[in-house]
This record gives sequence, C-alpha cells and structure tokens, in this order.
Amino acid sequence: MEIRLSTSDGVPVYRQIVNQVKYLVASGRLRPGQELPTIRALAEKLVINPNTVVHAYAELENEGLVVRRHGSGTYVAEDPTRLSSRAGREALSAKVDSLLADAAHLNTSVEEIIRLVCERYANLKKKEQS
Amino acid sequence: MNNTNLIEVDRLSRRFGSKLALDNVTMAVPGGIVLGLVGANGAGKTTLIRHLLGLLRAQSGTVRVFGLDPAAHPVRVLARLGYLSEDRDLPPWMSVRELLRYSRAFRPGWDAAYAEQLREQFQLAPDAMLRHLSKGELAKAGLIVALAHRPELLVLDEPSSGLDPIVRRELLEAVVRAVAEHGRTVLFSSHLLDEIARVSDHVAMMAHGRLVLHGPLAAVMERHRRVVVQANVPIARLAGLPGALFVSGGPGEWTLICNGTPEAFAPALRELGGQLLEEGGATFEEIFHARVGHATG
Repeated sequence: MEIRLSTSDGVPVYRQIVNQVKYLVASGRLRPGQELPTIRALAEKLVINPNTVVHAYAELENEGLVVRRHGSGTYVAEDPTRLSSRAGREALSAKVDSLLADAAHLNTSVEEIIRLVCERYANLKKKEQS
Repeated sequence: MNNTNLIEVDRLSRRFGSKLALDNVTMAVPGGIVLGLVGANGAGKTTLIRHLLGLLRAQSGTVRVFGLDPAAHPVRVLARLGYLSEDRDLPPWMSVRELLRYSRAFRPGWDAAYAEQLREQFQLAPDAMLRHLSKGELAKAGLIVALAHRPELLVLDEPSSGLDPIVRRELLEAVVRAVAEHGRTVLFSSHLLDEIARVSDHVAMMAHGRLVLHGPLAAVMERHRRVVVQANVPIARLAGLPGALFVSGGPGEWTLICNGTPEAFAPALRELGGQLLEEGGATFEEIFHARVGHATG
C-alpha cells in the first residue's frame, strides 16, 4: 500500500491516509478482502505517530471502507464499491466546484466548460491511441 | 491529580532577571500521546522542560510529573523519565560501552538487551570514544541512554538540532517504534515544523513565554483555514474580521489565516465590499506563523 504524505497542503495526516486509502480502493489497487498494513508497520514506514494510523483506520472503518477483525488485522471491506464510488464523486465534486469558481472569474460559461472538458477528453484519447 | 495526565503544569511563571521566561503557562499532557512543543528560540520551551525535569523550581504556579513535584522528588521522577538534552552533554572521555555501563548504574529498570539492540541498530561501535563521534552518532548514543530504562515518559529537547535529514529520520523512526511498542508518552520540542506535523498527535505552541495554542494536532489543522479574499480596504479592516489571525498580500487580493470557517466572517466581509475567492486547509507552518506573529503583534 503506497501512501505519500505531504505537510504542505494543510490536510491533517490522518485525513491524508483516509483519502489515499479511499483512492486506492476506488482505483482497484486495493481489492476487497485485502489486508492493510498493521498500525505499527504503517507508522514505522511513514515515520508518523501510531495514534494517527489508529485514527485513520477508525475513520475508514466508520465509513464502511475497511473492517477490523479482532486480533487479526484490518481488511478492505468485501463490498466497498458503492461507498468508494460515492467517495470518488465527492472528491470530483470538489474539483468541479473549484473549476466552476475559476470559470466564473474568467467569465466563462458552463457550456463553454463542458465543451472544453469534451475537447480535452478527446485529446487524451487520441494520445492514448497513438 | 487527574490520573490520566502524566504532566500537569498550572499557572507556571518564571522570571530570569527582568525577562519573563514563562508567563502563566497551564497545560496537561495525557498518557500515550506524542506532544510536539514548538516555538521560536527563546520562546520558553527549554525553560519549561527544565521545570519538568526538576532542574528548575517553580517560582509561581505548580508543576507535576506523575503526580509529583519534580523539584522535590527528582529521583522518583527521573527514574520513570528518559531525557535527551539539546546539547547531549555526554562525557567525551568515555567509550560507547562505558557510557552504557555507567548509565545503567543509576537507572533502575535498565534493559541491557534493549540497549544493545538499539546500539546495533544505530551502528555504534562499542569501543568508539564519544569525543570522536559525529553529531548524529552522539544524538543516537544520547537516545539509547534516554530509552534503555524503558521510561514511561520520554522528553526530547530539539532531538534533530544540527542533524542531517537521514540521521533525523533514523532518530524519529526509533522514537516512533518506541511509541508503537510500548505506548509511551513523548514530549519533544523542535523548531522543525514539518517534523512536528508528522510525528505529534498533540501540539503546544509557545511565544514569549506564553502558551498560545495547545491541543490535538488534527483538530488544530481542521479548525484553521487559509482563505483568499478580494477587498479594496486597508489591511487593518481585514485583520478585524472575526477569526482572522493573520493577513498578508494585498492590496486588493489578500490571504488570511483564520481560526474557524469563512462563514463566520462572510457577512462582515460583504459589508467591506469584499469577496471570497478561495478556501482551503492551512498548513501547520502557516498556523504557526499566524499564531506566533499574532502573539508578537
């Protein structure tokens, strides 16, 4: 499980872990039933306080993304897709909001933005094919 | 005392001549946390630590560590506390082996196997003389002495001071491992905000002898926001917005570090004819500068 922490974007460390695990699940890099690193192993690897990992795992458990089995470990939930797609939508919504805010400052209409998104998408597809 | 608090400091003040080094400091440190103590040089961090160790007696206010006054019961307190001082102060004429044997003699509960394990992990040769060790190696030797009697409370005064990033990481790893294995309580002071933001779960910020902020780091981070606004008013008007701690930039476009969300000042901002452009989390460094700058001004 590859987690990268940054102290330069103003997001608490536990929240960064939660967000990145969500992303890893949503993108299929962590699969249902897969075991997460132990609290101690992750704390030592990231050189962070073990309590911070406890906090992050508890949050993920609360949101139904992982399950903790007593005396065994922490595992990706068997059916995290529904939740992770909601998490994915939430993350994208925030990005769309900031895009719309920028558009408003640049006097660009929503129709213009949609057209631009389609154009960029076509561009990406073309690059992938070549 | 509240028996979940390992440290309780109540209205502690300390004067050195005309300088007020500690000004009415009150704080409690519960067991099992890592507390990062930050502040500029001369903010009072080391003076506070010296009270916890019993090296200074409270002039006014009280200090309790494990429920005891460290100045009155230094032996009982120090038996349960491990300490790494900023200047390491290890006897230069000793070898690493002699240092460990000597330290063992007056620390009850010294775990020689654990000390040996740390020495190997830090790759310190037993015959190396302390006067020949690098700064990083001295810090490692000091950390072994602080850890090997498996103290309940670990106090580290600027553990990373003057060390390169690789050695810093090694030391922090050893501290994290000690916390993970034994659920120890750690108080460490540092001017490296990045380090504090990674390793601490509670923070205490000091400025001019006062404790300006104290609490769980995640809550501190979530409570403070970085907001960009547009307003054609003098800086003082923005500084007066509810929750605004620090204003920079301008004229026209300003960055504010706020305690609380911008909803709290949105009406006041509208009254100034201003507009909210951007909102996001503030970094620990921004919060520190906003809080300490605020205390100065």
